[in-house]
Amino acid sequence: MRKIHDIHGGIHPPERKALSRPGELQTPPMPGRLVLPLSQHIGKPAQPVVAVGDQVLGGQLIAEAEGPVSVPVHAPTSGTITAVDRFAIPHASGLEDCCVEIAPDGTDRWVELNGIDDYRAFEPSELVSLARNAGIAGMGGAGFPTAVKLMAREGRSIDTVIINGTECEPYITADDTIMQCQPREIVLGAQMLAYIVGAEHIVIGVEDNKPTAFAAMRDAASGIDNRIEVVSFPTKYPSGGEKQLIEILTGKQVPSGGLPSDIGILCNNPGTAVAIYEAIANGRPLTRRIVTLTGEALQNPGNFEAMLGTPISHLLDAAGYRAEQNNRLIHGGPMMGFALHSADIPIIKTTNCILAPTEQELPTPAPAQPCIRCGMCAEACPAELLPQQLYWFARAKDNDSLEQHNLFDCIECGACSWVCPSQIPLVQYYRAGKAAINEARQEKVRSDRSRARFEARQERVEREAAEREAKRAQRKAAAQRKAEGSDGEDPVKAAIARAKARKQAEESTE
Amino acid sequence: MGLLTVTSPHAHGPQSVTRVMRAVLLATLPGVAVMTYFFGPGTLLNIIAGGLVALALEGLVMRLRQRQAGPYLRDYSVLVTSTLLCIALPAYTPWWIVAVGVASSVLLGKHVFGGLGYNPFNPAMVGYVVLLISFPVQMSAWPAPRGLAEVPSLGDSFVAFFQANQYDGITMATPLDLLRQNQGELMSELTSSRAQFGALAGVGWEWINIAFLAGGLWLLYQRIFTWHAPVAMLAALTLSALLGYDGGSSTSGGPVMVHLLSGATIFGAFFIITDPVSSAVSNRGRLIFGAAIGVLVYLIRAFGNYPDALAFAVLIMNFAAPFIDHYTQPRVYGQGDKR
Ligand code: SF4
Ligand code: SF4
Repeated sequence: MRKIHDIHGGIHPPERKALSRPGELQTPPMPGRLVLPLSQHIGKPAQPVVAVGDQVLGGQLIAEAEGPVSVPVHAPTSGTITAVDRFAIPHASGLEDCCVEIAPDGTDRWVELNGIDDYRAFEPSELVSLARNAGIAGMGGAGFPTAVKLMAREGRSIDTVIINGTECEPYITADDTIMQCQPREIVLGAQMLAYIVGAEHIVIGVEDNKPTAFAAMRDAASGIDNRIEVVSFPTKYPSGGEKQLIEILTGKQVPSGGLPSDIGILCNNPGTAVAIYEAIANGRPLTRRIVTLTGEALQNPGNFEAMLGTPISHLLDAAGYRAEQNNRLIHGGPMMGFALHSADIPIIKTTNCILAPTEQELPTPAPAQPCIRCGMCAEACPAELLPQQLYWFARAKDNDSLEQHNLFDCIECGACSWVCPSQIPLVQYYRAGKAAINEARQEKVRSDRSRARFEARQERVEREAAEREAKRAQRKAAAQRKAEGSDGEDPVKAAIARAKARKQAEESTE
Repeated sequence: MGLLTVTSPHAHGPQSVTRVMRAVLLATLPGVAVMTYFFGPGTLLNIIAGGLVALALEGLVMRLRQRQAGPYLRDYSVLVTSTLLCIALPAYTPWWIVAVGVASSVLLGKHVFGGLGYNPFNPAMVGYVVLLISFPVQMSAWPAPRGLAEVPSLGDSFVAFFQANQYDGITMATPLDLLRQNQGELMSELTSSRAQFGALAGVGWEWINIAFLAGGLWLLYQRIFTWHAPVAMLAALTLSALLGYDGGSSTSGGPVMVHLLSGATIFGAFFIITDPVSSAVSNRGRLIFGAAIGVLVYLIRAFGNYPDALAFAVLIMNFAAPFIDHYTQPRVYGQGDKR
């Protein structure tokens, strides 16, 4: 048995997971249009390879990766390209970004898919490029390109692959559902991941509020591979944070500012493991995902297997949306999700949940009161920060103290705000603080660069002036020699004069 | 559709300032009840009158600062301040002293610095020290506890409350007074010859302290504060008293139990030094903060001029809290072991 470690802090918000009936998977009707953002991941946006009017098949490449840290996009079904343009994307500030719009033709014809039977016959690097070409980005959190995580790196070896089936955010049951419905694919995907990075251990971590998923994973793993451990641990938010889960399962901490790979760990979401399996065994690119639609403003909450690019409004309708009861639409969960400005936005690779709560369920926040320094936030903080101090510094815009108090180790989990009796929106201050510091750093880089440019120019001007001066001195010396009528009379003297001129020139450039 | 676009987290826990403050008020009940049993209704009268003054002042200040008074009055924080001050006052303090004390707490202790959350000093203790310096006689006039004298009736209490100058009922030196005034008696002689000493510490006082302990433990259980400051203070006080006990000689600092269960010790440990605003912030900081108060309380009791030392000890450490914070930043996840 693996020893389970505790993490600092954490909270126990109401889970509300039964609302979306984990384990039941529904398929929404075919949407009338699909909008596929070219940037559903961290890194450079993909480049479209189709034009308006093109017919595409399901699984066909519609935008290719731009450089190593980028992810391609594929058509989720057959249809016609109707636009390559800017559309609203899931983003906290209601951004628009470049997207490809497809009008599905309803026949769902696909390109021919070629999987491989025995992945062990292939080099890891070949499998990595399969993963890259399948358009896989982390499906749990920020959407980091999975292939980049898998690439071998100098001097770092991975010994443990962790499958993060924690899903500690309240309400969300997408991972719970995929673990119940596709445990075999998760196990096979995890084995492929372990093969690619050369890991010896595979740990599948499941919070103990998901006994059905835990049993499904354990059954799927048993007898297949004795390197696999399926581990259950106590429910606590935010145990599913990557750093927190790593500490729970291994007792090790990811160094500040570092990556899990620094301590030999690769962490992936169950959905990502399935996507890896599909890409390698079936040659199928990532074009759909499980999304939890939940909240009391929905008549029929549940988990939907949706094509990427499906408008959220379409899914909401499928789930019996009662718009008049809904006070906000949240992309993600209640703790870390962000509020959407409209429902006319597509789901993307990282969309695990759309939450449509009523006012009663998640009330409009009360006005913040002054901080009473009660320290409840520090008790709750999983990163062992002092949120109340960070709050003071953030308000005072004291960036140095913010960095000194490790603002950048804050994972924005929201536990501090959740417990704060004064209802201070602490995380908002931290986001603003981080943005301000990043801005200042970039500003510094910019000004360093322009200073360097200025200095280079200054140097050039001085050098040129010095050269002119030296030439003039030479000419003068020559003229003098001529005047003395002793052309070439004293080569030694002339050499000294030349050296003098050179030295002068050097000095003046210094 | 009028969607709210606030940032995460979208959920909030059940805790609020009002709940915290209400819990603190409730937790004083056992202690106040036992005080009333031993000393009569005086403390209750003080708490009620002090509370009214406090609410009126808070409302006034909020008006002057052009804020809505309602939310600030409803959060109970000003009532906590006035209640804690009134518990610390002798049971039959004249009304105008109570009013001056509450006004000092609310205005000098809190609003001068910008109101709730901004006060570097514990407001109740600011009020207490103002009174102790201005009215030393009235502030040391503790009535005799039940068992040693007749407990005043409600009528007597009103009379005492509205008196012009000082309590003219039976007052009696507290056990801590006796320790301080001790001239050459062995501890065993002292504690056995004076009626004020009871089974554990002082008659009445020992039960009052135990009752406040019950309230304090309940707050701890409710996670209103952490154990660090109270435990550190009591441990430090115990240790100091042990070191200074000197075998119970005539120059002894006094028995440990008397220190732990007399005067404001337990009340202070759980209700005063746990004031979050004016204490250190980290758990390690609170350990240091509490321990230093424990030592100071002992030193002032043993060598100082004031019978009880809590208020001074707390104010001194309030002053030191920012420095403690500076040196006790906790180790952060992933920052390696630099504890
Ligand atoms: S929980 Fe809120 S009120 Fe308490 S210390 Fe933290 S920020 Fe201040
Ligand atoms: S949001 Fe940041 S500061 Fe707040 S509890 Fe989470 S990690 Fe700590």
